[in-house]
Amino acid sequence: MGKAVDNQEERQTEGVGRPGRPEPDPGIVTTRIRARFGDTSVSTGNAVGCESVIAERDALLPFMTFLRDDPELAFDYLVDVTAVDRLRLDEEVRFAVVYQLYSHKHNRRFSVSVPVPEADPRIGSVVSVWPGANWLEREVYDMYGIVFEGHPDLRRILMPDDFGSYPLRKDYPLHGKGERDNFVF
Amino acid sequence: MNTTPIDKLAETDLEEIRNERVTFERTPDMPSEHMILNFGPQHPATHGTLHMVLELDGEKVAGATPHLGYLHTGFEKLGEYRSYNQFVTLTDRMNYLSPLCNNIGYTHAVEKLMDIEITPRCRDIRVALAELSRLADHLLCIGTAALDIGAFTAFLYGFRAREVLYDLFEAVCGTRLTTSYTRVGGLLRDVPENFADMARESVEETLRATSEIDRLLTHNRIWRDRTEGVGVLSAEDAVAWGATGPVLRASGVDWDIRKNEPYLGYEAYDFDIPIGRNGDVYDRYLVRMEEIRQSAKIVLQAVEDLPSGPVNADEEHAVLPEKSEVYESMESLIYHFKMTMEGHGPTPPVGEVYAATEAPNGELGFFIVSDGSREPYRIRVRPPSFVNFSMFPMLIRGHMLSDVVAILGSLNVIAGELDR
Repeated sequence: MGKAVDNQEERQTEGVGRPGRPEPDPGIVTTRIRARFGDTSVSTGNAVGCESVIAERDALLPFMTFLRDDPELAFDYLVDVTAVDRLRLDEEVRFAVVYQLYSHKHNRRFSVSVPVPEADPRIGSVVSVWPGANWLEREVYDMYGIVFEGHPDLRRILMPDDFGSYPLRKDYPLHGKGERDNFVF
Repeated sequence: MNTTPIDKLAETDLEEIRNERVTFERTPDMPSEHMILNFGPQHPATHGTLHMVLELDGEKVAGATPHLGYLHTGFEKLGEYRSYNQFVTLTDRMNYLSPLCNNIGYTHAVEKLMDIEITPRCRDIRVALAELSRLADHLLCIGTAALDIGAFTAFLYGFRAREVLYDLFEAVCGTRLTTSYTRVGGLLRDVPENFADMARESVEETLRATSEIDRLLTHNRIWRDRTEGVGVLSAEDAVAWGATGPVLRASGVDWDIRKNEPYLGYEAYDFDIPIGRNGDVYDRYLVRMEEIRQSAKIVLQAVEDLPSGPVNADEEHAVLPEKSEVYESMESLIYHFKMTMEGHGPTPPVGEVYAATEAPNGELGFFIVSDGSREPYRIRVRPPSFVNFSMFPMLIRGHMLSDVVAILGSLNVIAGELDR
């Protein structure tokens, strides 16, 4: 696997997702987005095997609506919404909400990553764009405590309602904080 | 004593009751109340532990609020503390009706991240086992959906054939349920010599059961009355809500990852994608029945002439070397050590990947973020049941209480995958 190891060192020294690294050729989706929102609106992401961008959380809703409605993009299917806590990665902004999109029309996948700072963990909800985002966003809220503004029913979904912490955050220990000691049966 | 003849009394009461029924309407002066009914967490039709609060208007369902999480096990959190091969065992426990599909979907994602090409033999074995799992999953889904509605026999026919499939899984993986059969870059071990014969036998048994279920249900008046026009999902709603798998195809959307984004060499197989017309419970049943027949075709093609050769890719940094070589060659011993010791193992490069496979319930995706260490930095499962089930409150609204189990059965909600 020498090839992969080389690749890894190369990527680490370059610093993925940080300024200063050479931009790879933008794909067809990125080009289209930049034509609409300006050259600096998105930067290229580092997903393997599909085109991806890093977008800003301001004006997320018009951006996502454009991705869905533009006939050359037509991302009509929201595959997944999830988040990454980058506490132990070398990133300035702690969280990233990651959207996986798919276009039935063009048979194309696309990934959008949106940084969300720890001090103000808020992001717009895309339930009005894709109704299927409802439970997916609730799960992200449940696991990371990221608030989706404009969500119709933002409650915890997997953890109990009175669970105080956000378990998928990196600073939450694997064995919990003793919540199970007080379970009543 | 003023007496009333008994038959006269009965007549009056009946008349009163009849009048009451006619005049019992909701008016501002006399509002009727909605009844709150708890469905689950312990209910035979939930196929796991699932809780729903139903709001009933008479026998009609005015609203449903699902409460999930009873089977939440924290697989995604635990995955951050397990090596890439150790996580395979956790995927068994998600959709426990087709654990092999989860194993295959997961290792497919890791291999995409590490850019490993698996051997032709491994690829074809994976295809055969994925489709055999689909047979088992659909047989159980159809059987229990019929059982919940009241048709017991179809369930027993399905289970009899499923037993033959499980014997095959046991012969291949050593276990029936927690298969843990795939490894990054290969498989736990090669299949037994009579694998092709066992596969043909179980396919034959499955097809026999399918035609029996077909004769029992497809033109059965009760079954059709209970399923046709129930839980209708339009094609537009299905796409907007992110439905996948049989639920999406029953609504008439021709989309299957095996056809649209072929992986594991699915483009080489001759099979069709069944699609429905009405998007109701009956169409979901028909789509699953036809998928059984198509998957049977794929299995037969895959085992027809299974390529010879190793099942593990020639990637010494990701795959355990042959045990015989470990005893004889210094390099293999070192690689074996490097693969198994604490802090060593397959280490993908820094990056993130999303890879999807077509599981029996729909798109099963794995999103992995690697920081270049032995454990995934973040591992996310995109569960098909979870997204399909999120449409349930929309589908049940306005239907009868007894349709709850019909729609639930047609979505094939697996609580282990729902809650993870």
